[in-house]
Amino acid sequence: MASSPRDLHYSKEHEWVKIEPDGTALIGITFFAQDQLGDVVYVVMPKVGTKVKQFAKLGEVESVKAVSDIFSPIGGEVIAVNDQVTAKPETVNADPYGKAWLVRVKPSNPGETRALLSGEQYDAFLASDAAEKGH
Amino acid sequence: MTQHAAEILGRTALYQAHLGLHARMVPFGGWEMPVQYPTGILAEARAVRANVGMFDVSHMGRLYISGDGAADFLQRVLTADVRALRHGRAKYGFVLNEQGGIIDDIIISNAEGLDIGRHRLKYLLVCNAGNRSAVVLWLHRWLAQFPDVTIHDDTEATVMIAVQGPQAIALANVLAGGGAISGYDTGVLPSTLRPFALTYIRENAMQPNLMPQPTAGVLSRTGYTGEDGFEAMLPVPQGIRMWHLLKERGVVPCGLGARDVLRLEAALPLHGHDIDPATTPIEAGLERFLQETNTEFIGKEALQTQKERGVQRKLVGFRTLEGGIPRQGYALLGTDGATIGAVTSGGVSPTLDADIGMGYVKASSANIGNRIAVDIRGRKVPAEIVPLPFYSRKAPQKEP
Repeated sequence: MASSPRDLHYSKEHEWVKIEPDGTALIGITFFAQDQLGDVVYVVMPKVGTKVKQFAKLGEVESVKAVSDIFSPIGGEVIAVNDQVTAKPETVNADPYGKAWLVRVKPSNPGETRALLSGEQYDAFLASDAAEKGH
Repeated sequence: MTQHAAEILGRTALYQAHLGLHARMVPFGGWEMPVQYPTGILAEARAVRANVGMFDVSHMGRLYISGDGAADFLQRVLTADVRALRHGRAKYGFVLNEQGGIIDDIIISNAEGLDIGRHRLKYLLVCNAGNRSAVVLWLHRWLAQFPDVTIHDDTEATVMIAVQGPQAIALANVLAGGGAISGYDTGVLPSTLRPFALTYIRENAMQPNLMPQPTAGVLSRTGYTGEDGFEAMLPVPQGIRMWHLLKERGVVPCGLGARDVLRLEAALPLHGHDIDPATTPIEAGLERFLQETNTEFIGKEALQTQKERGVQRKLVGFRTLEGGIPRQGYALLGTDGATIGAVTSGGVSPTLDADIGMGYVKASSANIGNRIAVDIRGRKVPAEIVPLPFYSRKAPQKEP
């Protein structure tokens, strides 16, 4: 498996967060997550304006095989939802770190990224048994 | 997913082939099986509807039933009219308990005269992987009354491959092209086989580097996808060679995920989900597969009683009218919000571009066109009861 992008932060629940230059944060699910799920057919996301705590449920991603909760890797207010992904959920499989960002959040505490994994740490986490067991 | 430490999962003879294709392996019916290849479930399902795909179905139970009283024995333990089953023909049916509950759904073939060799084969019974031991135990319970009948379990000694799709039979014809190098001898051209007919299949003895094969397998025009196609049962080495030959010919390997999508579209029941020992063929809407001419089968009286009294619940098919995949166990609700049943199978239909499901509802709520709702994790998603099957190909077969 290719290594995970180094400019993102990762949760052990296989979500990623990218802090943008303007301080807002993009959230998505990782390559590993979409690969485990298989063909994604639905993505359920919160409405703009929703406030979410770090590691609280943000939405759902559903594949042919299974439904999985998405947990917010960072707390804050949802300021945009990616309608492209709602309309074409297969984007999550095709481009999980790019076009398939799910929501944009205004973080309430940017320091929360310290509770997340770096790209190197996430790759090491995936390599360990913990990733398999946790899924 | 937790797995019992003590549980040993079976591996089919094609296990290494699946790993080589980077399949994702999952436990199913006591076996370690490919759920999908990197192609993905939806692409695999589409390949079967549009062209041709292949499935390793070696996990399914293959029982040879022989002896002079075999037909009498099977007439008792199966709903199919086995005595009326001609040589080279197969029939779908059920193994029922005394209450008419479905121990398993099966395909019985009359393979006598196919010159399969080893076992003086009369009948071939194909059952579900997860029910094989239950079926064997149940058959043995009734065997005492038929002392000359023997049951031989050939599952592990053979490979079974299902090749399904509009191109499947044309491909079988090519493989069986008379005398061609790397071809097969099937006695008759596969395209001349009617649905649910079978013939023998053996590797062409003219193949280089291969010893002439004294034992043959069975080729039948059957499947579990709602598409035309065939299933081949071959001794292990020949079966492995056939898998690789089909792969070289461009047949798309498909996993259990695609198989489930396809069989649901065709409304073919999955035992342990849509049918089980607590449901009868009448409740499951499978009465058309019971043969009136078999008057001897176990469970017949119970079904007769149920038919006279009427059923309390029925298996129906439905489509959700808003986004949301119905999954097994989700409640089905009436228009008043009261629970009227539960989903037994559900999923995405790539062919219909819809979300579909099957489930049991109260008989009074089972009419086609009825509006119901599915409780999808707390969300009440409206749905409509629709006729089954959801999908049928243009030239329908007489049997599933």
